[in-house]
Amino acid sequence: MNQEPQQSSIFKVIGASSLGTLIEWYDFYIFGSLATIIGSQLFPADAGASALINTLAIFAAGFIVRPFGALVFGRLGDLIGRKYTFLLTLVLMGGSTFLIGLIPSYSSIGYAAPILVLILRLVQGLALGGEYGGAATYVAEHAPANKRGYFTSWIQTTATGGLFLSLGIIVLTKNILGAEAFADWGWRIPFLLSILLVGVSIYIRMKMHESPMFTKLKTEGKVSKNPLKDSFANKANFKMVLLALFGATMGQGVIWYTGQFYAQSFLENTCHVDFNDSRYILLWGIAFATPFFVIFGSWSDKVGRKWIMLTGMLLGVIFYRPIYQVFLDDTDVSKIEQKDIQEVGNPVITRTALTGTADSLITTSSTVILLNGASFQKIQSHTQYADVSKTPTVLPEVYKDKKLSTGVFWKFVGLIFFQILLVTMVYGPIAAFLVELFPTKIRYTSMSLPYHVGNGVFGGLVPFIATLIASFSGAMPLSGLWYPIGIAALSFIIGAIYLSNKKPDHSEAETESI
Amino acid sequence: MGPASIIFMFMQAIEKVGLAEEGVHKTNTALQWGIILFIFIPISAGLVIFGYYALKGEYDKLPED
Repeated sequence: MNQEPQQSSIFKVIGASSLGTLIEWYDFYIFGSLATIIGSQLFPADAGASALINTLAIFAAGFIVRPFGALVFGRLGDLIGRKYTFLLTLVLMGGSTFLIGLIPSYSSIGYAAPILVLILRLVQGLALGGEYGGAATYVAEHAPANKRGYFTSWIQTTATGGLFLSLGIIVLTKNILGAEAFADWGWRIPFLLSILLVGVSIYIRMKMHESPMFTKLKTEGKVSKNPLKDSFANKANFKMVLLALFGATMGQGVIWYTGQFYAQSFLENTCHVDFNDSRYILLWGIAFATPFFVIFGSWSDKVGRKWIMLTGMLLGVIFYRPIYQVFLDDTDVSKIEQKDIQEVGNPVITRTALTGTADSLITTSSTVILLNGASFQKIQSHTQYADVSKTPTVLPEVYKDKKLSTGVFWKFVGLIFFQILLVTMVYGPIAAFLVELFPTKIRYTSMSLPYHVGNGVFGGLVPFIATLIASFSGAMPLSGLWYPIGIAALSFIIGAIYLSNKKPDHSEAETESI
Repeated sequence: MGPASIIFMFMQAIEKVGLAEEGVHKTNTALQWGIILFIFIPISAGLVIFGYYALKGEYDKLPED
């Protein structure tokens, strides 16, 4: 058998699948990254109404519908084939993303704006629900059995790659245009750019052949007539769906979202690290860690998938709290001593009228620069009452926009790198793991649902649930971590007891491509 | 764990919605907890089924492809 054309052929398959999947992740993530700006532009200014609609559109829609997309497109993929189904998901994702960039502001079209955003966000979530299962299945069904982990791990780089691309384009656009122009209209550019990327990917995917295993199935007349029923009403298969969810993807999902999304959100919103610093830290962490998706995926072909994934979960359980404690400690400027301060900038005083009263909020902000190169904004506020006989209410000092010293910056990059390393351990082998759990005729349906429940629901809700826990009375800043730690621990226990560490059979290393 | 998690979520939802300020904040809190319950109750039910299968020994011998 000629290995070179086979390798070349598989890498063409990987390239075509990965590019589209990467773009779909990019489309999904730019919405999350720009949620605050979208909220201010496309939602009513009235805080009450926008809170409701914002909750629906941004919080619920994108993540909750992913499992439904998995069912809809998974079924389609098992009925008509992988190629056309995940071509459809790409068109839907690209189209909806582009249209989000075109929606006029709330001030132009009123409530139609947030309603359109909600609908398009739903379409994004549905499309993503169908994309990953198709791409992973498609690549896996071209790969030889003894290298399935290696070849599918290239698909696994695309989620983090999409995040990297989204952060990079947002930071670049914002730095070129300036913060004000970006908030006003520049935020649309990352959405509009998507259509160019999607167009290229559609062109490439149109030229791809159908999965050879599905083609064989179709030729033999063995395509499932009802993939949903065969997947979930058949006990033998349904129990594997449950095992895949509770023993693998549930833990994998929380590790994935904690190490990337929650980490960045924690740095920005809890530690109040400067916008650019928090994103550059994540960008560097991703850049250093991304090769390990392929390393762990390849290694899983030799030693099995189970213990690599479970080790990633266990290390998360053990190290998350110490890591985030370091984030808190190293950004705590409340105990800075005078001898560490190089310079305090001139204070800027602003007065804001308080709605419905004659009182005002007086805010004094000054830039503090430290000898080690770090800096932050010190903000002191007090309420000035119209009745001068009343003593002004002084609010606690707030420290924001913290720029880190070089040493702390790279320390944080190291800690983020470690968290993303855990991501590569749990995520690198999981595509091959899921593919190997289910038969060809219902693979797309069966693997998509546990994947998107584990990632879309358990993982996607990490920032929300962690923030919710941190808001309970008596909670500390690190209390939110109990959610991912608890879920990962549960998944580790279930996976350790019930998952099989099946090693690929190297004595039958035959290709499965035509 | 499945039944315990369902009971815990309902109790938290009732407590948090009850504590919320009247008006939009209460509606928003109710909506958020409604969504959480809508998503996680079926998943907790799935955990119950998983536990039932595990106790019956269904995972002692996994099916072949």
